[in-house]
Amino acid sequence: MTPEQCSELALLIQADIDGELPAAEAANVAKHVEACPSCATLQQDLLELSGRIREIRSPTAPPALKAAIAERLGAPAPRRPAAGRRAWFAGGLSLGVALAASLLVFAWLPKADMAPDVVVAAHIRALQPSHLMDVVSTDQHTVKPWFAGRLPFSPPVKDLTAQDFKLVGGRLDYLPGQTAATLIYQRRQHLIDLFVWPTPPTPDKAPANGSREGYNFFRWQAGGMTFWAVSDLNSQELAQFANAWR
Amino acid sequence: MKWPFGVRTSPATETSERSFRDVVMPHLDSAYALARWLVRDPHLAEDVVQDAILRGLSYFASFRGGDERAWLMRIVRNTAYSALAARARSKGRPVSSYESLDDAAALEVVDPGDDPELALIRQAERAALEQAILALPVELRECLVLKEFEELSYKEIATITGVPIGTVMSRLWRARRTLQDRMLEGASHDA
Repeated sequence: MTPEQCSELALLIQADIDGELPAAEAANVAKHVEACPSCATLQQDLLELSGRIREIRSPTAPPALKAAIAERLGAPAPRRPAAGRRAWFAGGLSLGVALAASLLVFAWLPKADMAPDVVVAAHIRALQPSHLMDVVSTDQHTVKPWFAGRLPFSPPVKDLTAQDFKLVGGRLDYLPGQTAATLIYQRRQHLIDLFVWPTPPTPDKAPANGSREGYNFFRWQAGGMTFWAVSDLNSQELAQFANAWR
Repeated sequence: MKWPFGVRTSPATETSERSFRDVVMPHLDSAYALARWLVRDPHLAEDVVQDAILRGLSYFASFRGGDERAWLMRIVRNTAYSALAARARSKGRPVSSYESLDDAAALEVVDPGDDPELALIRQAERAALEQAILALPVELRECLVLKEFEELSYKEIATITGVPIGTVMSRLWRARRTLQDRMLEGASHDA
């Protein structure tokens, strides 16, 4: 074996000591190491280093931190109440002061310019555990029929997996003066809520895109429906999402 | 400890019996260790874990099951990177040595079989190696720590760090070569 071939083997020797090689390949490496002193030295050095690193004690979480988190997370919570208004209402309450302002706004001023605040607040509320999805499915043919009978309109549901926006589910949202079908999509760790409702007779004056409290939104209309996409995804990718949908 | 919202936890979906608490609690040591190795500061590490738990809460509804530890570690890792970026923006002061990870190191009982002098040398070597790890570039350090202390597979490390497996392998390789060089340098200084 030439030194070049040996240097290619280095990563294999490393993978071997890391326990990543299937038996057959590990046997090949062992055979080579037996015949090649420089690779044998390398293997020995790597093993020794690994052993010495493991003598260092990696830190563990301080008891106070564990206790604080355990207390915060509480006892295993009871199962959620049946989906619908009650769960939604409880979720709104539990958000506390941070959202109280938007909820008030929500109740008193449900008109056009407030629409971005309303949908962003609905998105934030939905991010609370167990409020995100009423129907969990990556299949548009499961999500779409789920809305039938729950809404006076039938929202379009699209599969955008090919564009790397995965459909993950749907739910109902009760917004002021409006029931919305909400579709949930995901890109990486980012969730996108797409709110859909029939376009009202008086057109919306809200801006077509922007951001509120760090969440970006896009609005458009198509086929008699109004769409609002809200996410913490950056506005470029959210625009991609909106374009893919249109 | 202050939490921005009065959030309650409950199962993510009707099909999932496991609560967020069940997923998180067993991995707090791993989460803290990773945060500590990455941010190199005990207080910031605690903040990172707390923030990561909060972030985890909001992502949990979309958690589809699978490797829970890798899922949590990925959030911790990303949160640690955000914290590092925020700290760099606020001071940008280079650090030459780091607080020891092991608060009890000085009190550690030496192996009674060793002669005291040899035990001291070993302890000093261990401290030097620890400093050498802490001095590694963060992207090399995270791979090394996840491999050596958490004993995760290349695939899991790739998931957590968001890079291909080949990159994990070459980063591990560079991390180890760097440490070997440092230890050799240290030895020649002492001689």
